[in-house]
Amino acid sequence: MDFEDTAEETAFREEARAWLEANAPTEDELAGMDGMARAKFWQKRKADAGWACIRWPEEYGGRGATAIEQVILGQEESKVDTPDTGVFGIGQGMAAPTLMAYANDEDLKRFIPRLASGEDIWCQLFSEPAGGSDLAALRTKAERDGDDWIINGQKIWTSGAHYSDWGILVVRTDPNVPKHKGLTYFFLDMKSPGIEIKPIKQISGDANFNEVYFTDVRVPDSQRLGEIGQGWQVSLTTLMNERASIGGGGSGARFKTVKQLAETVELNGRPAIEDAGVRAKLADWYVQEAGLKHTISRTLSALSRGATPGPENSIGKLVGAKKSQDMASFAIDLLQQQGIVRDREQDEAFEALFQDTYMSVPGFRIAGGTDEIMANIIAERVLGLPQEPRMDKGIPFTEVPTGSGA
Amino acid sequence: MNFEFSDEQNLLRDQARGYLTDNCPPAVVRRVLEGDELYAEDLWKGIAEMGWTATVIPEEYGGLGLSYLELVVIAEELGRACAPVPFGSSVYLATEAILAAGSDAQKEEWLPKLAAGEAIGAFAYSEGGGQASAASLSTTVSGGKISGSKAVVADAEISQLMIVAAKADSGDGCSLYLVPVGDGVSCNHVNTLDPATNHADVTFDGAAAELLGAEGQGWGLLEKLLDRAAVLYAWEQLGGAESCLEMAKEYAMGRYAFGRPIASYQAIKHKLADMYVKNTLARSNAYYGAWALNTDSDDLALAAATARVGSTQAYYYASKENIQTHGGMGYTWEFDCQFYYRRSKVLAVAIGSESVWQDKLITASDQVAA
Repeated sequence: MDFEDTAEETAFREEARAWLEANAPTEDELAGMDGMARAKFWQKRKADAGWACIRWPEEYGGRGATAIEQVILGQEESKVDTPDTGVFGIGQGMAAPTLMAYANDEDLKRFIPRLASGEDIWCQLFSEPAGGSDLAALRTKAERDGDDWIINGQKIWTSGAHYSDWGILVVRTDPNVPKHKGLTYFFLDMKSPGIEIKPIKQISGDANFNEVYFTDVRVPDSQRLGEIGQGWQVSLTTLMNERASIGGGGSGARFKTVKQLAETVELNGRPAIEDAGVRAKLADWYVQEAGLKHTISRTLSALSRGATPGPENSIGKLVGAKKSQDMASFAIDLLQQQGIVRDREQDEAFEALFQDTYMSVPGFRIAGGTDEIMANIIAERVLGLPQEPRMDKGIPFTEVPTGSGA
Repeated sequence: MNFEFSDEQNLLRDQARGYLTDNCPPAVVRRVLEGDELYAEDLWKGIAEMGWTATVIPEEYGGLGLSYLELVVIAEELGRACAPVPFGSSVYLATEAILAAGSDAQKEEWLPKLAAGEAIGAFAYSEGGGQASAASLSTTVSGGKISGSKAVVADAEISQLMIVAAKADSGDGCSLYLVPVGDGVSCNHVNTLDPATNHADVTFDGAAAELLGAEGQGWGLLEKLLDRAAVLYAWEQLGGAESCLEMAKEYAMGRYAFGRPIASYQAIKHKLADMYVKNTLARSNAYYGAWALNTDSDDLALAAATARVGSTQAYYYASKENIQTHGGMGYTWEFDCQFYYRRSKVLAVAIGSESVWQDKLITASDQVAA
């Protein structure tokens, strides 16, 4: 038991580090660029040198690297100051694996290299007002018209729709069969006529997501992935990759920052950190934080010997998001009345970290699978407990009961 | 990254689990819980023959010279079986104390006996309710004779030697002593939450006591020993928590209410998912504790407190919610859920409670660059 690289991993790490140090963009090179331009500049440079999407086959711009090499590259890149390339996450992490599983050779040659190089940005059009946790309840419909399909309906919670070039889309093509059997999966040009995108303002004040409206949007049948009616199975390929990419979970308030705060504010006339109650809470959060960190080490160890990680990885978001929320709430309490001030410029020490976390975590606890869905996944897929009986099985979608929210 | 047990260690886990399935089924725990035996002596002899008591003792003293990674594997399996044996007192505490601070003569005299399971060691420092401290000790040693009393000492009644904290005039106000059980040592059995374990109040009346380690530095040594033991107890606690999850799961799958298994209700599913999450975090922290113990890392104090708090919380949660999942039957004497509910609390306070270790965790985090 140790935390050391194997000889091959050491060699790869050194190669990656050397390339990153020699090629990380300088401020001169990035001068005048906005965040998107910086991301595209850096992604292109990585792709040209074979350092983008390294797990993909060489023909698509990768180098057939192992999962652990991908992790090592990420670790090394995090030590170097490089532009944030998060805008490519959905395309590279979710759309690309689905395309690789279902698209034809011609489309793969057309799209995958551009995904690797960051020339195209993709978004995911799955959730709907009537279908979130119960994704298969979605209602946006596609009707056949010659070689095309005509799409009408609404998607929601679409990250990056406004700057995306392409989207992956699951829609209902047959409402008269049970709901999981009437879905079909497409990809489409986000500049297609009839698409309207409206940002959603969140309680945090940010607008990371959009509503996307479809009015008679034409999609050629050649952009269908999988068979007609097989959309649910294709979606599962995408969603498996969503959990893999969101799995880390828990940003924002951390043990170190809240402890630092407890050392500087007073409670009962002495530093709050001396209070037994404060120490007990901090200790519990440390246990969770360390537990997640060491769980990741166990996962990486499995990757390192070429095995598939165990289900223990599924706890990251569930534990991390709640912990972050509770820590932010507690930090605000420690500050007493001062804690409600949310002003980055006035808060020199923490730059409104606790207040921003407090307002953003409710979203993390819902995005990519709510806490409740994550607990169901653990119960059903890890522990093997039975599903709840359901009211929507074996009957046509049109006969499934709906509530006033639909 | 190789943050995993080796194939040989995994094989040892399989062997240990197999041995305890055969030799420590619930009937053995129940036998000690309900009967007059102070511990399962037959099981103790068996695990000594398997070499478990000798795991980390060097070969020159009759041990196997294996690492702590092997010992934690065994600890988890003993916890899983709720084994009614003095393994913690004798192996995690008394053996460790002699390994850490014993003179050559003390090692030569006691380690072979501890390795063979012929001697059982106990560890006595608390003198009554509340958290023990060097300043509050009233047990004293004068001219090699110890006088005073210790409260609720695990496995004292069945031990052949005790490691005892007593007052020192100098240093941190405490020294550790090795006290062979004989003249001047008397035990008074106490009834506890877990009759499958053994506890007694101990009175020393001029018994022979040998200094263990440096005079006047006993409390520092004791804290170090408790850190090491915390990792080992954490593994035993984790094993118990895992057993509770398995029991609760099995029962919930087979028990029907309103026409379906109770395991299909989200109220039960989420309860078991919570157990799984707590156990998984506890396991990962216990891994790190094992690594820190085995490498004698500077991180040991923090790693040990983290593992200890995580496992204590996981075991408490799993043992109480296991009863809850079983409903009324879980509360009956006939069912085995009680074993784990009892043991979780006994282990939780064995070397300082959750709040004591939460406090130590924060203190230790001051010393480590996070």
